Amino acid sequence: MVSGPLGDDVDCSDAVHTMYHFLDGELTPERRAHIQEHLEQCLPCFEAFDFEAELRQLIAQKCREQAPDSLKVRIAEALRQEPPGGFLGAQSHDPLGPKGGIPNL
Amino acid sequence: MEFMPSLYTAAMRMTRNNADAEDLVQETYLKAYRAFGTFQEGTNLKAWLYRILTNTFINSYRSKKRRPDESELDEVEDLYLYRRLGGLEAAAAGRSAEEEVLDLFTDDEVKEALEALPEQFRMAVLLADVEGFSYKEIAEILDIPIGTVMSRLHRGRKALQKGLFEFGLERGLVGDAG
Repeated sequence: MVSGPLGDDVDCSDAVHTMYHFLDGELTPERRAHIQEHLEQCLPCFEAFDFEAELRQLIAQKCREQAPDSLKVRIAEALRQEPPGGFLGAQSHDPLGPKGGIPNL
Repeated sequence: MEFMPSLYTAAMRMTRNNADAEDLVQETYLKAYRAFGTFQEGTNLKAWLYRILTNTFINSYRSKKRRPDESELDEVEDLYLYRRLGGLEAAAAGRSAEEEVLDLFTDDEVKEALEALPEQFRMAVLLADVEGFSYKEIAEILDIPIGTVMSRLHRGRKALQKGLFEFGLERGLVGDAG
């Protein structure tokens, strides 16, 4: 990254290099602001970042599973068979009961 | 059971089959239940659960036969997929042509591309991109340094793009320009 006397200049190669950190929200606020500024001025980088962000959303969306209802039932049953005292102590043996149940895990 | 669908998703991507995924999630809940006394109130519950899930996976479900190239991934250039989808006709307003193509990948293709990654890269990408954990949280869950998290993410994501590109080629969604 080049530091000029009036501030920092970010070039396209810097931007692409830190793209993942930017999209991950892992840059310092200052660094983030510099990249943001570059994106506002550089359409090709903006489009590339936009694509990567969209790709990430796509991956998240398409990889998500619907958990089978039977699994929830099965787990609840397995937990019921555990000795009391696991999540909240001995008050209620019913993990799904209204008093002293599982904290919502 | 607020976290169950997420845990199940992660379990599916790790084990790659439903039966093992269900067993893994159940075992995770049982362990969490038994160990809950060790959980510190106010700390990151979701990360704590995921730590149990990944440790259980590593100890009990991970394939005993490790492929020799398990920890290696070829170098893939930045913006791999974006560069190869270029040159398409303008698409509907608000989205680029490249983004339109992304929609054409099926759920199965995306899952398969993720599941094709060697485990350590797959877990990092899964935790970051599907579950939204931070680098620090991923480091805690996988018990690795933050630098390693970043490196696995960097390489894993690019390898995933290459995998998707290969699906795209097979289906004629993209041409082989590179």
